[in-house]
Amino acid sequence: MPDNTAVAVKPLDEFKSEEKPTWCPGCGDFGVLNGLYNALRVKGYQTKDIVLVSGIGCSSRLPFFVSSYGFHGVHGRAMPIATGIKVANPDLKVLAMSGDGDAFAIGGGHFMHAARRNLDICYVIMDNAIYGLTKGQTSPTSSVGFVTKTTPKGTPDRPINPLLLAVAGGATFVARAFSGKPKELAELIVEGIDHKGFAVIDCYSPCPTFNKVNTFKSYREETADLPPDHDPTDLTQAIKAAAAADPLYLGIIYRQQGESFEDHIKAGQTGTEADAPRVLAELFQRYS
Amino acid sequence: MTQRDDLVIRVAGEAGEGVLSTGQLITLAAARAGYGVLTDSVPPSEIKGGHSLFQIRLSSHRLQSRGDTIDILLAFNQEGYEKNIGELREGGLLLYDSGDFTPPENPGTYRQHALPLTDIARKELQFELGKNVVAVGAVAALFGLDPEYVKRLLHQRFARKGEDILNKNLKALEAGINYVERNIPERGTLQLESSPPSDQKRIVVSGNQAVALGALAAGCRVYAGYPITPATDIMEFLASELPKVGGAVVQAEDEMAAIGMALGASYAGRRAMTATSGPGFSLMVELLGLAAMAEIPVVVVDAQRAGPSTGMPTRQEQGDLFLAATGGHGEIQRIVLAPVSVSDCFTQAVNAFSLAERCQLPVVVLSDTILGVRTESIPTPDLSSAKVADRLRYEGNGHAGPGLESGYRRYQFTESGISPMAIPGTEGGQYVATGLEHNESGRPRSDAANHRDMTKKRMNKLELARQAAPPPHVYGDEDADVGVLCWGSTWGVVVEAIDVARQKGLKVAALAPRMLWPLPDHQIKPFLESKRIVLVPETNYSGQFAQLVRARYLRDVTPVNEFTGAAFKVSQLLDEIEGVYQHAR
Repeated sequence: MPDNTAVAVKPLDEFKSEEKPTWCPGCGDFGVLNGLYNALRVKGYQTKDIVLVSGIGCSSRLPFFVSSYGFHGVHGRAMPIATGIKVANPDLKVLAMSGDGDAFAIGGGHFMHAARRNLDICYVIMDNAIYGLTKGQTSPTSSVGFVTKTTPKGTPDRPINPLLLAVAGGATFVARAFSGKPKELAELIVEGIDHKGFAVIDCYSPCPTFNKVNTFKSYREETADLPPDHDPTDLTQAIKAAAAADPLYLGIIYRQQGESFEDHIKAGQTGTEADAPRVLAELFQRYS
Repeated sequence: MTQRDDLVIRVAGEAGEGVLSTGQLITLAAARAGYGVLTDSVPPSEIKGGHSLFQIRLSSHRLQSRGDTIDILLAFNQEGYEKNIGELREGGLLLYDSGDFTPPENPGTYRQHALPLTDIARKELQFELGKNVVAVGAVAALFGLDPEYVKRLLHQRFARKGEDILNKNLKALEAGINYVERNIPERGTLQLESSPPSDQKRIVVSGNQAVALGALAAGCRVYAGYPITPATDIMEFLASELPKVGGAVVQAEDEMAAIGMALGASYAGRRAMTATSGPGFSLMVELLGLAAMAEIPVVVVDAQRAGPSTGMPTRQEQGDLFLAATGGHGEIQRIVLAPVSVSDCFTQAVNAFSLAERCQLPVVVLSDTILGVRTESIPTPDLSSAKVADRLRYEGNGHAGPGLESGYRRYQFTESGISPMAIPGTEGGQYVATGLEHNESGRPRSDAANHRDMTKKRMNKLELARQAAPPPHVYGDEDADVGVLCWGSTWGVVVEAIDVARQKGLKVAALAPRMLWPLPDHQIKPFLESKRIVLVPETNYSGQFAQLVRARYLRDVTPVNEFTGAAFKVSQLLDEIEGVYQHAR
């Protein structure tokens, strides 16, 4: 993986807003925010051309802490809003940032369609396997038996594997990151932004307040870099790496080239605004 | 049969057997010949085959409703006969394809003749596919349509398929005409005058097509939708047209996604729309609230069908007014418009974009099944009146709009409540759109004073909208004591009922506001105050519009409700008018 952080061109402060993060001390989301700041300054984008789209949840507050454009929507609907923005203006740099509940529970129906659409955005899911904003309930990525106030006997639901889901949905870039490794995370976000198509980064971002099971410490013990010979263009290898539980692999699991949704839309556009009067005149003729 | 100034023809048979194409050919040819044309049909449903019907009403003048009864029923098969014969008027004419079935002897209340479409096509023409064109020729001959208009249509439709196909179709037309001239003695009494030729250009489109044309003319460039009866053809229409003007159509995974995409597109600076029917609209309400809170213009068309739940997908009901006007959690600011006819579908689509842009609000257009599938011959819309002014935009780099302080605040308090909107890509306009309560800069805030002031700011925009309400439809005698206040597709039936009432010497006035929410006081109040009795006919059970009117004006009105899934009949509303007339004097 290239060390993109070495070519940083913009001061970090340019991307910070005046709004101070609302997260608890020690929240994994701080690491993700810093990773994003670093990735954006590496890319050298102007803040006017960036749109951060999110849903609802602790992590979805992130756009307020960045000095770019943002759309903090409603719970679970980040993908449709991001789709609309990109269809309207494909030149904008759109990143979606939200949590595991937003992406895989209430927004689960949208996730796989954004993936199969191959929308050219980078989607960072800040995965803490817990609902934090509502003070600690089980999430789609919580392990079986996870005890919370809504699952006092432990959740019977099996966890979603976001990477397998993304690969199956048709995402063309699938990676796993960890907030405890901010440099690698920033590099992955840069790769995700550079990827043409739907880039999913599931990022372990521990909740120190409500999740005492999935912690910085546990993730450090359970995760490992992908073996150097991992070929992300090989679907079979990708599925195997995504499904592996011991260790949980970090890095680019899957990468494939394919036409983006925006390219498809652009290719279909046979005219411009200037053609509107002629198109309407032709329609009136057709129906006369 | 007595001579009359209009004629209702219904073609019925198996879906996919040419009912629709027969009806459409007659409609277009008659419209070109100068007839007033209004059609009704059962919209395509989810199941292939089954019963299908296409009804055409023709007149020398403009028509406003489908007609209460049928004058001519053309049944392609037994089912088409059985399902529709009950609506054939006394003294009407039944024609049936004798190659397919023979109906029983009729009780003598109508006439019936065989019209051997299948046999003529198969045996006489050796061209089985020509059955529909034989039918077109027969119907054309019945009411005296100049065959030249049909021939020209056949040329347009079949010339590119080769001379052989074209000639076969022309012969089929001829065969249909000849058969009627030789075998149907009633044709002499069915002749219908067309209106004198006029220079005014006309088009024949459905309500759904008119909505799509209006949106296109109003600058809609992104459409996202999820297929649903009876709104789908709006999406199909725009899917082929928007790319020609640099726009795009996205088929979303559900209706929440559809309106979410439209909001994203509008946030990014392009005019955007979605269209759906009741079940989809229920799902969209969540993001209607987001549109109101984040102050993002968006247009949502709800082609109402009969509900609740999946209800009757191919039937009509004016049942979504409460949902459109007041549905959703919190107090969602939104505008609701209702078109009354096919040409009004165009006008109201333009109005919707105009109001959405101006007020930075979601605008709901309440159409319905009847309006959506109905085709009418309408004057070609005037595009110069379809120009829509852009929303108040933040120009960037500290250049605030007129009367605004420098430094950008997305939700800056202004007198009108309208704040300049920055579009991503604009330097200096960076902000975060949010459904959370926010301060002028768009930052999440939940202190009391801020919420009070922001609520007032958003609510003030409704007053702006109220004042900007497009002109209402008015009809009848302004000084009448009896008034009819209605909305949407019920209007056309009301107009025709008033015409009949007038012939009987009754004075009635009618009003249909184009804007249903917020209620345009300056249009409705004087009407209520000048009438002794006000009827409010709606095709719903609970009288939703009547309730909104009562609540706002503390004035009782007389609800008239039809909840069968069908429109009112003219005779039904006439009875209601006559019923209250004595009390009003």
